[in-house]
Amino acid sequence: MSALLEFDNVTMRFGGVTALREVNLTINEGEIFALIGPNGAGKTTVFNVVTGVYQPTEGEVRFDGDRIDGMKRFKVTKRGIARTFQNIRLFHNMSALENVMVGVDAHHKTGAIGATLGLPWHRKEEKHGRERARELLDFVGIGRVEHNVAKNLSYGDQRRLEIARALATDPKLLLLDEPAAGMNPAEKNSLQALIRKIRDDGRTVLLIEHDMGLVMHISDRLAVLDFGQKIAEGLPHEVQNNQKVIEAYLGVSEDAS
Amino acid sequence: MKGDGVADNNETPARKGFHPVDGMRDWWADAPAWQRYGVYLALIVLVLILPAPWIGSFMSPYSDWTTVLIFPVGTYILLAVGLNIVVGHAGMLDLGYVAFFAIGAYTWASIGTTYGWSFWPTVVIGIFLASVSGVILGAPTLRLRGDYLAIVTLGFGEIVRITANNTDGIGGARGITNVPHPEPLFGMEFFLDPAPYYYLMVFAIALVIVFSVRLTKSRVGRAWAAIREDEDAAELMGVPTFKFKLLAFAIGAMIGGFAGTIYASKAVFIEPNNFPFILSATILAAVVLGGSGNLPGVILGAFVIAWLPERFRQFNDYRVLIFGAVLVLMMALRPEGLLPSRQRKAELREGTGGMGAMGAEVAGPDSEASAEVTK
Repeated sequence: MSALLEFDNVTMRFGGVTALREVNLTINEGEIFALIGPNGAGKTTVFNVVTGVYQPTEGEVRFDGDRIDGMKRFKVTKRGIARTFQNIRLFHNMSALENVMVGVDAHHKTGAIGATLGLPWHRKEEKHGRERARELLDFVGIGRVEHNVAKNLSYGDQRRLEIARALATDPKLLLLDEPAAGMNPAEKNSLQALIRKIRDDGRTVLLIEHDMGLVMHISDRLAVLDFGQKIAEGLPHEVQNNQKVIEAYLGVSEDAS
Repeated sequence: MKGDGVADNNETPARKGFHPVDGMRDWWADAPAWQRYGVYLALIVLVLILPAPWIGSFMSPYSDWTTVLIFPVGTYILLAVGLNIVVGHAGMLDLGYVAFFAIGAYTWASIGTTYGWSFWPTVVIGIFLASVSGVILGAPTLRLRGDYLAIVTLGFGEIVRITANNTDGIGGARGITNVPHPEPLFGMEFFLDPAPYYYLMVFAIALVIVFSVRLTKSRVGRAWAAIREDEDAAELMGVPTFKFKLLAFAIGAMIGGFAGTIYASKAVFIEPNNFPFILSATILAAVVLGGSGNLPGVILGAFVIAWLPERFRQFNDYRVLIFGAVLVLMMALRPEGLLPSRQRKAELREGTGGMGAMGAEVAGPDSEASAEVTK
């Protein structure tokens, strides 16, 4: 297994606030890696640093051997990283199919001239985009709603649509930001199966999730963040019994101190 | 995008009662080919007989109907279709659109009078110069969003007008007189008879409509829609947002420039005051009033905005008052526009503030989401 994403001493400061402090992370190709920690620990900041929303104050981020910190956001996406959002951020008034097609378009080339003249490669790309988008909607299990406007979909379907849209950019690394938030147990189970299916397709998954049951079940390895610092990393059962992690989540007992 | 899915969308709980516009849209989406071609044929016939005097005697009893159809009606439609790409599709508020119209007009007027070139190739130069100026304006300013972009474009419109006013090389405040007419084409003499200009205008509008429809149904149009909906999310899904915003601006400018060259070739005389801010505002009103983002709506809006003041010419100065009252009434009764696009209607129902770019500044479901990325 080789390293796909590496955080090398990444620090992210916003004025006086340090959101990430010297974080080192290595995510290997083909694994499901979970990032957990209390609210405000800096998990979403990690996602924003990876996807180019923020440029880290210090340190390096490497993806597939190349530095990606400071790269433009859409270039990071083309390089092979896609994400979903903690608060769903679909293109609400576009149909499910169009939402996914925007993602597929990331690797298309047609510009205004090709589209205006209806050139052959434009038509080919449109056809490819539509077919690929349909495939992905079926893959995540919402093929039946392809013509519905995104905001009219049920909450669970919207989460799935976000995953389909991210997959449409054909990422090597998929970042899922709390995908199970607000789902009922049945939906969580099928989400778990979906994440496994994505991994089995040859993609690497980096996951932020608060649902411990899901995290322990699904992830190969995980890291725990607290106040912007990595306090633990390892296999699920190792982390579960780590004293620091228990303290971060439950607080320090009076007797112990 | 046809079939059951479209009908499904419509049956959302928010839909109350019967909406003739939606009904027509659904019928159109499901209509077999022969019905569609029937509608196209009817439209062509309508366009051909439109300048007929018996229609004119009702539509425009106080001025020559064919002339009215060229300016303001046709010109406004052309401009509205162009502005619709910027405002309706890409969601950027442009308050200085008239600048591109002026650049197109001045291109033909100065080249035609100074060098005596033929009109037809010069149209291409006018379109090119307008799009270049769109890029020049867009490149430094398109990082701005919403209100700020609106202010910058407003300034640009004024800069162009004031520059024309103070540049002696292009006539200064006196403008340019004796702008040549186009050379004959297909046996049509472009001189005092307005009819050939009418057909030229119809051809231009048809061309621009095809252009606009093809673009909006492609990757380009999807990228614009994604930017309008959520610019940050679009960029994170691999859309080079800046490039596509600039493209929308340049294409809008091209169409404005095109309209300008045709206008100048008919007008004989142009001056800086032909391109006031109020014209930008009027075209924007046409786009919003007709149904921002929906092409038939925008065309209808432009027609109404251009035609009403001509129809009420008998009331002299009061016609502006009536015009204003009609606008207020229409916005009060149909805030989403005469023929709204689905999106826009939905946005207004949600209260996200409507117009994409501005919606981001107004409190609504989106503002909470954008906080996430900037957290």
